[in-house]
Amino acid sequence: MLATTYRRPYRVSARHVPDPVIEHPFDAIVRVLRSCICGSDLHLYHGLVPDTRVGSIFGHEFVGEVVDVGSGVRNLKVGDRVLVPFNIFCGTCYFCQRELYSNCHNVNPEATAVGGIYGYSHTTGGYDGGQAEYVRVPFADIGPTVIPPDIHIEDAVLLTDVVPTGYQAAEMGDIRENDTVVVFGAGPIGLLAARSAWLMGAGRVIVVDHVDYRLDFARRFAHCETVDFRSVGDMAIHIKKMTDGLGADVCIDAVGCEASGSVMQRVTGVTMKLQAGAATVLHWAINSVRKGGNVSIVGVYGPTFNAVPIGNAINKGLTLRMNQASVKRHLPRLIEHIQAGRLNPREIITHRVPLEEVSDAYEMFSGKKDQCIKTVLIPPGADVAASTTAAPITTP
Amino acid sequence: MNHEHIPGWGADLDRSQRPAVPMERRPPRLEGVHWSDPPPAQQSSVEILKSTEHLKMPPVFGTSVPPRGVSGWIRRRAFRHSENDLRHWLMLLFADRVDVVEGVLSDGRRSRGARSAAAIVGATLVAAWLLRRSP
Repeated sequence: MLATTYRRPYRVSARHVPDPVIEHPFDAIVRVLRSCICGSDLHLYHGLVPDTRVGSIFGHEFVGEVVDVGSGVRNLKVGDRVLVPFNIFCGTCYFCQRELYSNCHNVNPEATAVGGIYGYSHTTGGYDGGQAEYVRVPFADIGPTVIPPDIHIEDAVLLTDVVPTGYQAAEMGDIRENDTVVVFGAGPIGLLAARSAWLMGAGRVIVVDHVDYRLDFARRFAHCETVDFRSVGDMAIHIKKMTDGLGADVCIDAVGCEASGSVMQRVTGVTMKLQAGAATVLHWAINSVRKGGNVSIVGVYGPTFNAVPIGNAINKGLTLRMNQASVKRHLPRLIEHIQAGRLNPREIITHRVPLEEVSDAYEMFSGKKDQCIKTVLIPPGADVAASTTAAPITTP
Repeated sequence: MNHEHIPGWGADLDRSQRPAVPMERRPPRLEGVHWSDPPPAQQSSVEILKSTEHLKMPPVFGTSVPPRGVSGWIRRRAFRHSENDLRHWLMLLFADRVDVVEGVLSDGRRSRGARSAAAIVGATLVAAWLLRRSP
């Protein structure tokens, strides 16, 4: 089959590799109909995630059709069209029993600090990903969700990560009516976090970025105010000026370890790797939120350490919440939002690319070229298979 | 403030409507589980490295790209240290870079063009050496 394989930093290629097989009685094999390139895939692509092995297949956002099931699978059958949450989880461990599916303890031998994720290095379990024609799906009885007939396939693929992660970012901010919410990052997660903040009754939503076309898109898609951080001297002062000197009620980090905005952070965090990525947004969030406010972190950082102003967080009495999204627990409510027209995630898709051209797609997304917001990959033949709801392929 | 132009404003204003409130919800709203903890164990056909912080082997895992070559040797040593130990992560990052070099060499061995180029370079060096030896 054709799959997106990692070759070296800043280089992936579509190569032919052996098809996946059933390795456990609870496995299924899914033929991928759509997959996405996620912003966090760029951390892999840039060689920043430890234990990213050459030949690994990327991709944790995908939907597809079940083509084979293991002997123990009861709830899924061949032919079902499913969206597959990016978390792999067992459903029975200490953490799954508390609906913390992203923290499952039974699916990742290589690390205890993170659960299992498709196509995201051996640090998250060494699973092959969905930017391919086929993928092995463990715990098929509980992970995948059959796509409702009125949900567009492109909305479905965004429900595997982007929408739940954006929603959980807002939810962890514990937003109350008329709160002022600042979202750092106008990428797909930031956009959905901003939209979710409105669902929770925010009074103001402010999105911060430095890429003009993304700020334009944020104003249109998320109905928010925007700040170009290049045009402000000091982020904390700027946010306080916008909020009567108090600071925002909630700040959301939807950027993570490759943030721009501080030369020192870029050099120490990205170039020299003296910390686990640039902690620029963590600084901005902690220093821009009001005393007693909430900071929600869904941006991805490495597993070592970051220099953050924890003393300020203590003195301001902040609540810091963070996690990978537990996709499965959010899906019923998010599907309702899409069906009711309250969310329209597929509007963020700007490019639809054949899987064969994945190398160019990564280069475009990484370089923020061609006004790219979100790229969907279409495996060979999948455009026909999904033709009832498929949008035409547009190449970069 | 007027938010009428914003689709769905306030639909989840009621915190009880939010799917992850409370953060730890018991029992889980998960249908279809027909096994107990731990689930049946996966049989491994390849080498799987295990964090020393896991007291027992997790029952399910990925089998993508087992450790191999010099990078694999470094990875095995990295996994002697816990996730709490910086050496674990630094050794893995170093192994990743070694893996890239091994990957480039492996690709080169498989590429007809690279093999031809290597043959031409080799033949040129041998010819140059022979010419220099001749009186």
